Parts: sequence; C-alpha cells; structure tokens
Amino acid sequence: MDLIADHISHRFGALDVLDDVSFQVSSGEVVAIVGPSGCGKSTLLSILGGLLRPSAGAAELRGAPPAGSLNPLTFVFQDFALLPWNTVEENVAFPLLHAALSAGERRAVIDDALRRTGLTDFRAAYPKQLSGGMRQRVGIARALAVRPAILLMDEPLSALDSQTRELLMEDFVGLLADGAMGAVYVTHNLEEAVRLADRVVVLSRRPGRIREIVTIPMTRAERGTADARAPMAVLQGELWSLIRKEAIDAEREVQHA
Amino acid sequence: MLDRAPQETKDQSVEATRPVAFRGAGFTSGGSRHAGWIALALVIAVWQLAGSSGWVNPLFLPAPSAIAIAIYKLAMSGALWLHLSWSIMRIGTGWIIGTAAGVIVGFAIGLSTMARGVGITFISALFPIPKIALLPLLILWLGIGEEPKIATIALGVFFSTAISVYSGVDAVPRNLIRMAQSFNVPFHAIVRRVIWPGALPSILAGFRITSSVALLLVVSAEMIGAQYGIGAFVLQAGNLMQTDQLLAGVVILSLFGLVVGKLINLLEVRLLHWR
Repeated sequence: MDLIADHISHRFGALDVLDDVSFQVSSGEVVAIVGPSGCGKSTLLSILGGLLRPSAGAAELRGAPPAGSLNPLTFVFQDFALLPWNTVEENVAFPLLHAALSAGERRAVIDDALRRTGLTDFRAAYPKQLSGGMRQRVGIARALAVRPAILLMDEPLSALDSQTRELLMEDFVGLLADGAMGAVYVTHNLEEAVRLADRVVVLSRRPGRIREIVTIPMTRAERGTADARAPMAVLQGELWSLIRKEAIDAEREVQHA
Repeated sequence: MLDRAPQETKDQSVEATRPVAFRGAGFTSGGSRHAGWIALALVIAVWQLAGSSGWVNPLFLPAPSAIAIAIYKLAMSGALWLHLSWSIMRIGTGWIIGTAAGVIVGFAIGLSTMARGVGITFISALFPIPKIALLPLLILWLGIGEEPKIATIALGVFFSTAISVYSGVDAVPRNLIRMAQSFNVPFHAIVRRVIWPGALPSILAGFRITSSVALLLVVSAEMIGAQYGIGAFVLQAGNLMQTDQLLAGVVILSLFGLVVGKLINLLEVRLLHWR
C-alpha cells in the first residue's frame, strides 16, 4: 500500500503552513521529513494520517492494505499519548477493543506486541511507573498491535534522552528490517533521518514547501556498521547545509513571535 | 583508549577542606499527619478549661463536655437519628438529582459546541444566584413538603457539578482524543474510555464542593420550613437559648461533612489510583 501526498497545502487562519507538498511513500519504504521549526512537518503528518483536513490537495492511498491490518495508517506520538489510567497491557489492547477479534486472537496479538517491544514483564505497570523510553515502547507496541502498513511517527524520540534515543533507534531499525511496514518519520534530528530513512524529504521554512528529496544511498543494515559512520556524517552535513540558513531564520522568527 | 580510574579521593596534602553549606531547607510541601489532630485537641482542651473554670459563660459558649453530653442525650432519646435521617434523605435525594443532571449537562457542554454556546450562557447567568433565595418560589411551585427543599439542594448541586464536569472534559489532553481517533475508536468509546476517566479528577473535586453545598443548603432550607432535620433542630435550640444543643447540632453537621469528605477520599483513592 502506498501513501501519497498530492499537492497538499494548509493554512491556519491567515497563516500559510504548507504549500503544494507532493511525495509518495511506497510499501515498506521509510521516508523522513525534516525541516526548520514551524515548517509544518507535524501538520503534514496529521493530514497524511487523516487527523486534519488540508486546505487544498489530498492525502491518498494506493493499493490494498496488507491482510490482517486493523489500522493501515498508525501514529506513534511524540508525547506517547498513553492513557494514564490504563496499564501497559490495557494501553496496547485499547485500539483492539472494537476490532473484530476473538478473545484468543486479541490475547495473541497483545502478547506478540509486548514481546516484540520487550514489555512482557511490564504488562501490569502503569505509565507513571515507566521511564520515557519504556513509555514510548508502549506507544510502539500499541501501534504494532494493529498491524499497520505505514507508521506515522511524529518525532517519536525527541522527548527522550540521548541514550534512550540510541536504544530505541536500534529497536526501530529492527522493526523496519523486514520491510513489512513503511513509515513516515518526522524529525528535527538529522542523525535519526539518515539512520532510518530510505529517503529524506527536506521542507523549507514556513510555508513548508519541498526543497529537496534526498535518497540515502545505503541499506539500513549497512548504516549500522562502523564503515558507514563517515559517509553518514557526510550525508548529515549535506542535509544540514540544506536546512541551516532557514533553521536560523525560523528560530529568529519564533523568538520574535 | 579511554583514560580510566575507579575513584578519586581528596588530596590531604594541600589546603584543608570545608563542607559546602546546606541551603535547601524549607519550601517543601507536606507535613506531619498528626499536627492537625494535636492542634484540634489543644483547642478543645483550652476551650474545656475555659468552660470548667468559669472564665466563659456557658450560655454563650458551652464547654465541649456539655456539648458531648447533649449529643449523648440526643442519641439516647432517638432525636438525633430522627433529625439526621431527615437531613440525610433530603441531602441524598437532592444531591443525586442535581449530580445526575449536572453530569449530563456538563458532558453535553464539554462535547458539543452548540450545547456549550447555550449552556455556558445560562450557567453563567444562574450560577451566582443564592439558591436558598429561590426556596419561597419553589414552595409556590412545588407546594409545602419535601419537594422544594430537595429542589433547592438539587439546584445548588447542579450548577457546581455541571461546571466541574465540563471543566474536566475540557482538561482531558487533546492528544489522547486524537490518539483514539487515529485508531478509529468510535465516539461513544472515546467518551467512555478516554474522556470520562480523564475528566474524573475534576468531577470528584466537584463532588467535594457539591457535598458541602448540599449540607449548606439543607440546613438553610430546614431552618426556613421543616419540623425535623438538623437545620430545624439547630434553629429550635437557638430559639430556646439551648446553646449546648445548638452546638451539638453544629458538631453533628461538622462530623457529617467530615464523613462525606472521607468517603470522597476513598472514592478518589479507588478511582484515581493511577495518578
């Protein structure tokens, strides 16, 4: 299943946020969206996931979702969006409560999602008892439970410390390794973009327009090796050079706002 | 290679060291669990001493022992239970009616923009009215009996409940609602599983206020027109200058408020254990 951004523009009142953004996420592909603060990355993701109606253009799907997918486009949120009154297991079960699954199937799906994210021993814990990294793992387990075709990840690591970020990035690489799931990965962090994405969509400052779409010329498996550090640093530098001036302008704009 | 060391100890050969002064004292929340009870016991002891030694005229301020005796006699004669049961019936009925209506209207205002537009205007206009002022009108409408007293309590409870419910709904983090929508969770399930538990802290805080409002209104209503009830009893005692009986009624009201507060505490512990 492909996800297509077709000439998407959006404005909040008089404020133009996105301007004519078009790109495509093919089945199993990971596309990162980077750009200066306020360029409309998260807005774009909300439009792609059907949580926001664009002012112009459309988010479209091509092809059937994979068999058994309960929610083809599934979000992973920056702030985890966990229900604090539910346990880990109940949070993972939450999107399944209204799915056409038998009790046994539901149990199996939950167990599998908890196992894949290393949460089996924490199933009875409440979110307040968990670290930031573990909370995000619950968010990921919840997303995996509905067997998504494409994950819509809105800065999923930005609320975490750098060590936890490293660990979760390794988890993402593992989850995306078999190519069964695609992802749109919104991030400020160019290292994450270069480490995880097949392609990087670079947006300009507000209103966000596509400046460039950069293909990462290595497989994700190759990027995990020591030999890849130097070429990945070069790629990061190139991406930064595309964004740097506008990031500075955007930051000053935010400070003046 | 990393330059590694297991530990560094201070060098004793150079100048003598001095400890860093602690500057973090005070400005912390919390306190002794027993401080409040000790203070209360002290006040009662001083009060008793003042009464027993004749420093205070017992007509103006009966000693705690006299109040305790009055409560004991009331309990033994059965009058305490008679008055208390009438008050509890009025409070219970009025509170349940007012709470049910307040929860429904509060949710409607919290969930519907149209209901919000209409509801908030009405609530803003009617909430500040002292509900006891409406009792004569309610007697005219509903007749002399229990209905106007119960309606007065229900009205007082309704407005506070509606406000706490829609404030609670407003306070539910929007990201949780968006999350539920992103999983195609149906509207009714979002209300039941996201909005209701999210609004519950504010709703229970509202219960705390409305239980006090109900107590306040039942006493006022019973003072205006009732034969039985703690309010009526306090008024009768006051008219007869039986100040020990009067204060016995006040103590019973205070204990009743305390018990209700404890019940709400228990409810919070049970329902909001996740906080």
